[in-house]
Amino acid sequence: MMRNTLLAAGIATVAIATAGPARADVDNFTEVARGRYLVTTGDCMGCHIGPDGTSLAGGHLLETPFGMIAVPNITPDNETGIGKWSQQDFHGAMTRGVRPDGTHLYPAFPYTAFTRMTRKDIDDVYAYLRTLEPVNHAVDRDTLPFPFNVRMAMLGWNWLNFTPGEFRPDPNKSGEFNRGAYLVEGPGHCGLCHTPRNMLGGDQGGKHLEGGALQGWFAPNITADKRVGIGAWSQAEIVDYLRDGHTERGAASGPMAEVVTYSTSQMTEADLKAMATYLLERGAAAEPAPTVIAGSDARVQKGAAIYDDTCAACHVGDGSGVAGMFPRLRDNQLVRQADPTGVLRVILQGAQSASSPRMVTAPSMPALGWRLDDQQVADVATFIRNSWGNAAAAVTPDQVRAMREVTAGVASPAEH
Amino acid sequence: MSATRLPKKDVVIIGLGWTGSIMACELARMGLDVVAIERGPWRDTASDYNIGTAPDELRYAIRQDIFLRTAQTTDTARNTPDQVALPMRKWGSYLPGNGVGGAGVHWNGHTWRFFPSDFRLRSHYTERYGANFIPEDMTIQDYPVSYDELEPHYDFFEKVCGISGKAGNIRGAIQEGGNPFEGWRSDEYPTRPLKPNLAQIMFQKAAAEVGMHPFPLPSANISEAYTNLYGVRMAPCTYCGFCEWFGCANYSKSSPQTCVLPALVRLPNFEARTLCEVTRINKTPDGKMASGVTYVDSSGREWEQPAEMVLLCAYSTFNVRLLMLSQMGTQYDPVSNTGTLGRNYAYQTNAGCLGYWDKDTNFNSFAGAGSLGMMADDFNGDNFDHTGLGFVGGANINCTTTNARPISSRPVPPGTPRWGTQWKKATAETYGHTQSVGSQGSSMAYRDVYLDLDPTYKDRVGNPLMRMTFDFKENDLKMSRFIVDRTEEVMKAMGAKQIVKTYKRGPWSVVPYQTTHNTGGAVMSATPDKGVVNRYTQHWDVPNLFVAGACLFPQNAGYNPTGTVGALTYWALDAIKNQYLRNPGQALVQA
Repeated sequence: MMRNTLLAAGIATVAIATAGPARADVDNFTEVARGRYLVTTGDCMGCHIGPDGTSLAGGHLLETPFGMIAVPNITPDNETGIGKWSQQDFHGAMTRGVRPDGTHLYPAFPYTAFTRMTRKDIDDVYAYLRTLEPVNHAVDRDTLPFPFNVRMAMLGWNWLNFTPGEFRPDPNKSGEFNRGAYLVEGPGHCGLCHTPRNMLGGDQGGKHLEGGALQGWFAPNITADKRVGIGAWSQAEIVDYLRDGHTERGAASGPMAEVVTYSTSQMTEADLKAMATYLLERGAAAEPAPTVIAGSDARVQKGAAIYDDTCAACHVGDGSGVAGMFPRLRDNQLVRQADPTGVLRVILQGAQSASSPRMVTAPSMPALGWRLDDQQVADVATFIRNSWGNAAAAVTPDQVRAMREVTAGVASPAEH
Repeated sequence: MSATRLPKKDVVIIGLGWTGSIMACELARMGLDVVAIERGPWRDTASDYNIGTAPDELRYAIRQDIFLRTAQTTDTARNTPDQVALPMRKWGSYLPGNGVGGAGVHWNGHTWRFFPSDFRLRSHYTERYGANFIPEDMTIQDYPVSYDELEPHYDFFEKVCGISGKAGNIRGAIQEGGNPFEGWRSDEYPTRPLKPNLAQIMFQKAAAEVGMHPFPLPSANISEAYTNLYGVRMAPCTYCGFCEWFGCANYSKSSPQTCVLPALVRLPNFEARTLCEVTRINKTPDGKMASGVTYVDSSGREWEQPAEMVLLCAYSTFNVRLLMLSQMGTQYDPVSNTGTLGRNYAYQTNAGCLGYWDKDTNFNSFAGAGSLGMMADDFNGDNFDHTGLGFVGGANINCTTTNARPISSRPVPPGTPRWGTQWKKATAETYGHTQSVGSQGSSMAYRDVYLDLDPTYKDRVGNPLMRMTFDFKENDLKMSRFIVDRTEEVMKAMGAKQIVKTYKRGPWSVVPYQTTHNTGGAVMSATPDKGVVNRYTQHWDVPNLFVAGACLFPQNAGYNPTGTVGALTYWALDAIKNQYLRNPGQALVQA
């Protein structure tokens, strides 16, 4: 992406007509400053990024199990953005998923989380968005196929999957815990990715933050479970990960790299600590641990040979990795998620890790899918998932084949 | 077709390799609006040198994937002024880099400091051996900057790169295990030396036995994880053996990509334009200043980029050519001995010997790194008494294990057929049981060795190619023969059962690879009659133009140039930041 950005920064300028005077009152400094921080916290840029790479003019196609959803323009352009929306209109969209004309938004827009935000915070976000340069950029909002294009159906969906209402602090917990809970469950909307989806795309009941598959990635368990969650991480380590995108244990890549780049790397240390406290204290939940597959298993032995040839140069023979550069695979929660999507994704297609102000180098995992066949990928994944303190179900060639189909046509960040 | 004029920038940088990226990073961090214009493509580790594709000998070493295409531009070459030069249509003797990172991507990573005496070469030899010691046609001269002045900048560059090594002289105190002949250092190397292979262990013992002082080669293939002063991270070298002519897939070889660019590309006031070739440095109407550059993009469109300052940071020979094409400076003429541009071109004089061992001595040469080596400097520079030897200069003696790649690494004993069953059998028997002891020798400057524009051959946009007039001279060949005999002594002490000794011989041929250490042509000098730029690398005639690279060297030392190129870049930056920018447009040294 850096490459594209640089090339785009060449002679040609991206032509986006700007128009409209819908600007905010210049005196509301406090509201605007708070709103800007909340827009960062909510990672609005992650989805609403415009074709110019800097505005919130939308147009990005969001991949969902039901089809592609084009993300709308939320700059204050009267014609193509939200320039005509009132504060109340905006509040309705954020807390109920309803637009000013009464039509329903899809829950790919996480109003299911934003409904936990305070009125004041939502008004501040609105105040900030009003200060942005209006960008005239029309986005086709009807990209889902039938029957999902019937927005009225969202009424039923909301009845089944949506609990509106503002966040209520737990009086028995610390202020830091409650601040973290608010950020994680409200503006941060971590559960949108990290909670498994039911058939309808709603949260799977009782599995909050236990990890979910999306966009050909797997957002891992972030409960306090020590085996597959973040229970073995220290608060400082979680803060480092969110701020820098890199720790000794691993590197943020895929959608999480964008979250770090646009959002968490710019949050305050106090808020990151609060989120870590909440995640560590709210409890552990995971499937029971599987038994480790023995080193004598033929798949593990073949996988070990592939690992030595292909992986060990960076991840080191004992899986210890290189801190801040190449993730440690030994005793690593990410590689032993029950769902191997994440491991298979990075083996097959590679991944670009996050770059952040304190960790400017963004090493990338190369794509190896072109030179390892399905059986080889399955074996090396099975080996990694069952070595150096890891234990997880074996990966089958069928799972690898399915993963290839998911990622077919998606550009690799590290392909040549 | 006229060039489209673009909005003015504070700084335009020509070439985004080592010197260009360092200049860009330091000046953009000060807040200046910087644009770098690079002839080749954008390149980064993730997409261009990833571990899935990087170790490909056919693609990179044989087909020269990451080097400049001669169809874009090349040099013409001849040995003597009475010959007609011909263009090189395939690179051989040297391999210019191309694209972002330049030759800093594909180098082996030997990172040296020149000796203090190298910076005052003519004075030093004259003082020690008398005025008549230096031959009349040898045009060597002192640098206008001293080792002591450069020391902090050597130190800084080494810390940007994370160089692995062992200091031999810290503020005058000789250090056990380091190079006792080196100039004083303010600090130890930032990372420990690489782990020696069998060959280095044998050399270390043997060199000490014959009275030399072995020490590990200062390496830009780094031994341990390192974070540099720009916050850029590197990982330990894995001794994969795909170093020289390759990009490093493991973030282990110091390069613009691994040491500078990740910090640089985050700066919003920096911009890179790739696949854009600068064809002229433009002058203001009064001819006294540079007004910017003209370049051609990949569509063939011509653009003019005005700028307050121009930094010439391409490969050394292309820097010289661009100055010639832009008519900045006076062309050197060897007949009338006038002019300075193109004067004092020099190269490097490398030779050594190859030893053969029995099957029980297994060198595992494939487990190598570009700079995995044990060295001795006892016969480098003026570390030995030259009285009666009849030559100026010296060489480092090295025992390196850089690679044993399958296509090119086929050492067979003399007399083996060049192909067929016997060759295959000899290859299998010999592979892993040979080791070289080489040398990297100085190359002096001479009156009739120089660069100018070719009268016949032009590039694709109609600009004359640069003509190189070079041959190995007797002084340097004599030096090299003396050194090769020393390498043989060490080799014998190492216990080789057979030694093949190869002396350097002329004439210079453009075909076999020798070294990409082309130096001089835009030399830095104390006075404008002896060089193109002043002691701060500022052009004598054009004060808002600074030149970087090995083209500044008045002659070449018995070392790779990169360490000194890096030090001179930070030295120049110090002058730009603390002197020039306070009073822009002024000459820092009065002519």
